[in-house]
Amino acid sequence: MELFTNQILAGISTGAIYACMALAVVMIYQAIDHLNFAQGEMAMFSTFISWQLMQWGIPYWWAFLITIAVSFVGGIAIERALFRPLAKAPILTQVAGFIALFSIINSSAGLIWDFTIKQYPTPFGSSPFLGSQLISTHQAGMIGVTVLLLIALYVFFQYTRVGLAMRAAASVPESARLVGINTSWMIALGWGMAAAIGAIAGILIAPVVFLEPNMMGGVLLYGFAAAVLGGLTSPFGAVVGGFLVGIFENLAGTYIPGVGNELKLPIALALIVTVLVVKPAGLFGRPIMKRV
Amino acid sequence: MTAMLNIRDLRAYYGQVQALHGLTFSLSEGSLTALLGANGAGKTTTLRAICNMVRSTGAIEFEGEALGARSTENIVRLGIAHVPQGRGTFTTLTVEENLQLGAISRKDRAGIVSDIERMYEHFPVLKQRYTQQAGTLSGGEQQMLAVARALMLRPRLMLLDEPSFGLAPLVVRDLFKILGKINREDKVTILVVEQNAQLALELADQAYVIETGRIVMSGPAKDVATNEDVRKSYLGY
Repeated sequence: MELFTNQILAGISTGAIYACMALAVVMIYQAIDHLNFAQGEMAMFSTFISWQLMQWGIPYWWAFLITIAVSFVGGIAIERALFRPLAKAPILTQVAGFIALFSIINSSAGLIWDFTIKQYPTPFGSSPFLGSQLISTHQAGMIGVTVLLLIALYVFFQYTRVGLAMRAAASVPESARLVGINTSWMIALGWGMAAAIGAIAGILIAPVVFLEPNMMGGVLLYGFAAAVLGGLTSPFGAVVGGFLVGIFENLAGTYIPGVGNELKLPIALALIVTVLVVKPAGLFGRPIMKRV
Repeated sequence: MTAMLNIRDLRAYYGQVQALHGLTFSLSEGSLTALLGANGAGKTTTLRAICNMVRSTGAIEFEGEALGARSTENIVRLGIAHVPQGRGTFTTLTVEENLQLGAISRKDRAGIVSDIERMYEHFPVLKQRYTQQAGTLSGGEQQMLAVARALMLRPRLMLLDEPSFGLAPLVVRDLFKILGKINREDKVTILVVEQNAQLALELADQAYVIETGRIVMSGPAKDVATNEDVRKSYLGY
């Protein structure tokens, strides 16, 4: 029983990171109807920026905030420079754009900071949380930051005018323009926010997976799985999906013989395929209907 | 009366296909004008061209300001509200959020709040359903919502694309009554595109008839309504 509870809690804490990645994925999917394959690399690059800032002696939380701000601006810059010109291009061109972005960021990070694995600090420490052996303070911190982020996003989308405008632009772009919303900037803003959320995910997971240019590969796959499970059109679903995938991954790794740590990743892929076959809209997404 | 909207030699294109062939007309301030014509005549295209949602050449001037180089959202911000064909409802958002979006380019918060109340007076059914997802409304209710959303801009000019489409005759009567009231009391200039020519001509004071991208007749609505050709082609009696 102890093992079971332990695995659930561990699942929730890694699930928090998947939830963040899924949220970033959904944010861009809502804006442009495509999955951003480079989402994980953007998060990795942000994490390196925060690491560099700390190397220069800036305290953790300042580095955290500066990195989020830089990532936000960087996300907008990427959209303006690369994806705005591609907005009307065929889907394969856009996919090529994502892949280009992926390898450019990955290689640049390797060039600047090389490919050796680096330790990454945690401000929460890694002692047992509240004297419990089940969960560490860092894991508890991961969950806490994620929950705060979710509340902040909820308030932003539900109670601010910009949030409302972003939802409108994602819902019916043409009508959004007809009430005077600059939908093009709403897309850029979505990119900025996705980049900032990704940065938070990267910084939180780095102490666990260690810092290196390929650190986010697996995490992003789980993020995709979470987004697909929860429904690509639902930020709330993405978060629930993130926690479910985290728990599922841990339980399967522990209890299904032969899966273990090495075979955890295919589980994410199996999950994606299963959801797409059984319930393509995901748990909370709206089915897409088109008149023909 | 001075002309509020001036359109000269308007030509519009969908890819290689030309949909408007040199349209020239104007709307006087405070008027309620009907734009009539058969399917495919170019009525919707004319409205879309005014809001720069289709590639066009020619001159469009609103209160002396050329609209040609402006983006759709900047044209709307001048005070031109467009109720598109199919209503353009934000189906996943609530009724009240739809109304708030209509006023998203405005800064006067107090004014927005009181305008939402005013819309609920105009359209009581929206008040009953203000927390509902707009997609769950009936067609008629969504049309009311679309008109209310457009009014939330406090527009100087309102463009309506087939507001009667798919609605029960009684609902259409109600809607047109409200449009007349808005035109008279709120001094909103209205340009309405309609298939239901008879009803539109009862309501309007000016009318234009458009055929394959050209204006073929214009004048006071009464004269157009009694014109022999128009009656045969569009009124069906």
